[in-house]
Amino acid sequence: MANSHHSHDDSSHGSFKSYMVGFVLSIILTAIPFGLVMFPTLSKVATLWIVLIFAVVQVLVHLVYFLHLDRSAAQRNNVITFAFASLVILLLVGLSVWIMFSIHTVMMAK
Amino acid sequence: MSNLVFDGAKGHDHDHDHAHDHHDAGEMKIYGFWIYLMTDCILFASIFAIYAVLVNNVAGGPSGHDIFELPYVLGETACLLLSSITYGFAMLAMHKGNKSGVLGWLFVTFLFGLGFIGMEVNEFHLLISEGYGPNRSGFLSAFFTLVGTHGLHVTSGLIWMAILMYQVSKNGLTSTNQTRLSMLSLFWHFLDVVWICVFTVVYLMGTI
Amino acid sequence: MFGKLSLDAIPFHEPIVMITIAMIAIGGAAVLGLITYFKKWTYLWTEWLTSVDHKKIGVMYIIIAMVMLLRGFADAIMMRSQLALATEGSPGYLPPEHYDQIFTAHGVIMIIFMAMPFFTGLMNIVLPLQIGARDVAFPFLNSLSLYLLISGVVLVNVSLGVGEFARTGWVAYPPLSELGYSPGVGVDYYIWALQLSGLGTTLTGVNFLVTVLKMRTPGMKLMDMPIFTWTCTWANVLIVASFPILTGTLAFLTLDRYLDFHIFTNELGGNPMMYVNLFWAWGHPEVYILILPAFGVFSEVISTFTGKRLFGHHSMIYASGAISVLGFMVWLHHFFTMGSGASVNAFFGLATMLISIPTGVKLFNWLFTIYQGRLRFTAPVCWTLGFMITFSIGGMTGVLLAIPGADFVLHNSLFVIAHFHNVIIGGAVFGYIAGFAFWFPKAFGFKLNEKWGKAAFWFWISGFYVAFMPLYALGFMGMTRRLNTTDNPDWTPYLHVAFWGAALILIGIACQLIQIYVSIRDREQNRDLTGDPWNGHTLEWSTSSPPPFYNFAELPKAEEIDAFYAAKRDGEAYKVPAKYSDIHMPNNTATGLVMGALLTVFGFAMIWHIFWLAAASLIGTIVYFVIHASRDDQGYMVPAAEVARIEGEQHKILASVRNAQANSPVNKLEQA
Repeated sequence: MANSHHSHDDSSHGSFKSYMVGFVLSIILTAIPFGLVMFPTLSKVATLWIVLIFAVVQVLVHLVYFLHLDRSAAQRNNVITFAFASLVILLLVGLSVWIMFSIHTVMMAK
Repeated sequence: MSNLVFDGAKGHDHDHDHAHDHHDAGEMKIYGFWIYLMTDCILFASIFAIYAVLVNNVAGGPSGHDIFELPYVLGETACLLLSSITYGFAMLAMHKGNKSGVLGWLFVTFLFGLGFIGMEVNEFHLLISEGYGPNRSGFLSAFFTLVGTHGLHVTSGLIWMAILMYQVSKNGLTSTNQTRLSMLSLFWHFLDVVWICVFTVVYLMGTI
Repeated sequence: MFGKLSLDAIPFHEPIVMITIAMIAIGGAAVLGLITYFKKWTYLWTEWLTSVDHKKIGVMYIIIAMVMLLRGFADAIMMRSQLALATEGSPGYLPPEHYDQIFTAHGVIMIIFMAMPFFTGLMNIVLPLQIGARDVAFPFLNSLSLYLLISGVVLVNVSLGVGEFARTGWVAYPPLSELGYSPGVGVDYYIWALQLSGLGTTLTGVNFLVTVLKMRTPGMKLMDMPIFTWTCTWANVLIVASFPILTGTLAFLTLDRYLDFHIFTNELGGNPMMYVNLFWAWGHPEVYILILPAFGVFSEVISTFTGKRLFGHHSMIYASGAISVLGFMVWLHHFFTMGSGASVNAFFGLATMLISIPTGVKLFNWLFTIYQGRLRFTAPVCWTLGFMITFSIGGMTGVLLAIPGADFVLHNSLFVIAHFHNVIIGGAVFGYIAGFAFWFPKAFGFKLNEKWGKAAFWFWISGFYVAFMPLYALGFMGMTRRLNTTDNPDWTPYLHVAFWGAALILIGIACQLIQIYVSIRDREQNRDLTGDPWNGHTLEWSTSSPPPFYNFAELPKAEEIDAFYAAKRDGEAYKVPAKYSDIHMPNNTATGLVMGALLTVFGFAMIWHIFWLAAASLIGTIVYFVIHASRDDQGYMVPAAEVARIEGEQHKILASVRNAQANSPVNKLEQA
């Protein structure tokens, strides 16, 4: 059933410009970490922090420019759902790592 | 897929009501798919947790430092990132009602995705042939599980993409097809998000 | 060609099993025979098996739950009788390899195939009605979820006759569950039954979250929703957040067993403790998934049968939310003794104890609701009062176990067994039975027999205390769980008493079965003609019993809490609308059934390493789904005239009831 009328968009969609901005930002946020690791310039600790922070930022870039998350009412359900999932992931990974490393220390086990 | 929507739209005439139905049904499906995607993220989180615990369990075998080749991974990353952009262009074409644009950009996306999978299969094959397969150590098990699960998701996405391309070419940009294209779009972008975490935690942190 | 499968898989040498299989086969054949004799196959297919109606799907879930209750309880009776007999050195009648499968199956069945389907069934029947919706967001997905559950049920039951079940306990810890120590197919049955049914549950979680967020009747704000809907919603939040962890964990075990990975193995760098960690990261939210909907049932039952509005509607919602979120921060209390050090243990012990606070809030809200109300002592109310006492005791023993130091003494003892049965039976099971009695008239149009219902309650609650209080004592006396023989003479009298408790529960279950028979036999005397047999507060009671297949001819108005109570108060209930509209409904479909069947074959094939069949059935499932999706079924329209006819019939019945009341001296509505 052909439906040619332009949907009155509840789900926001991007524009050419927003995709390109996201693309360029992603390239930068990828190239720098790869570069710093392939050609070690800074200390290991500094490199590690930059790599991690750039990863978090790039994830946010993807969420905003490719997945169109924003503060609009239309996206609110999506944002809340994502925020809750992030909380669960933080608890799951964070607490698991804490638990297993604690066991490793206390028990001198793997 | 049978769908239905009850927006309590009384007083509209039947046809408009029906069109309303499809639109709202599509919106519900996309939101439901978003929630499913969150469950997939949590699944990946459990694999990341496994990786974090097992990363140093090399059992006398190779560690990440020994086997990762960053230029190669950069190539894989480029394939996936480009495929995200081209899918974005496909979605722009969809919103303009441009069917051939959609099919064209989807095809390019498919090629980039296939390139990514090809490179990954090659990487796995090389490792296994050197005796560094997943049964060699806990670290390698975790590596293959994490990267492999992501690869399986990408492959599933490619199969879905091929089916959708066929559906769009046969039936056009119906509201159902548009909804499905939107869902695949979410899926595809999320796979790129997961890949950011993979190349960071596995490859970059494994080489620092 | 057939992988590991051969005729050796059938346990011809175990008489108990062979007799059970024979009974199941005869019973199954009898059922199939009766259906054929009464020529009901077409009816069964079109009205039930291919239905996407949430009310029908809910009924099917509950039937499955009750059948599995019988199987799980048979396991329980076997364990209690074995332990009562096998004291002071005597071996009893169940060899260890058999007994281990029994306690494993008991746990898996009761949690995954009895409690989960029971709550899912109640939620299916009630939730869409309570929010004034005509169906769930994704009716086809709902059907698929049911058939994924049935896949799991089939696999678990087939394991009895073809091969074996896991002997690892329901938690299946490695390295015992790894190939080295469990080379048979038992653990594989466990894995695939849980993976398939778990997928169904996850899809249900997604389905009902979207339903609640997007399909409430116009005007109903989230905070106005009934408490049963709210507790189910929190449970669904927990489902979508926790089930992926189980999927992952079982998948990792599968990789270890099938492809020689080393994620949880002892050798070559695996870490078995990570399984324990991840399993309970799912397992703890799982038990809150089981209890929260039961809490919701109690809220509905208490408020309806005191005639008062529930005390603290908003605080109930927040308390349930707090329980859900906290439920994600406590899972280590299942393995305090695994060696993680004082700081970790202290954090998780504290978080565990904190959960008793929102739970206490809920309990006090129920008490304040009853206070200065006029409580009608119906069967659902009996179950509720029994719950309040029993669950409180179980909760307190939980807080005791939350102290790491105490847990070091009691971990893996019968004290733990007593605690969790205390809260699961006293909480979840009592809640679902209460819900069953409460909403039975809505689903079937007639009430259950009160006398047999109360008899069942008294046998269940007395049986529970007689069976499990001795176990608390035995825990303190040092008896561990999963023993199949004992040799400490001090323990023997307690084990004997516990057996008689199980016997009392058996009588309670018999009362329930008799109740169903008697209620069906006497249904004409107990018809629910108005749809509102209890003077209810929420929208499901505004429909006929059973509701029309489209639920509501006109979406109801809901502008405050307890929308139906408000409508009756304002004289707005049962209004005949000026005109009816066409209603859009989904078509029935066999796709859920076919996909479920193919996935059952897939699971069976994977278990027995018949890999060509596994690949074929998996591909077949996907192909069938793609074909279904490409058909893009848009449902059908119910003409307004048909809606008017169905509504007209119900309004006639309502009018005749009102006339009968006007002419009779007794106010029928207040009758329990």
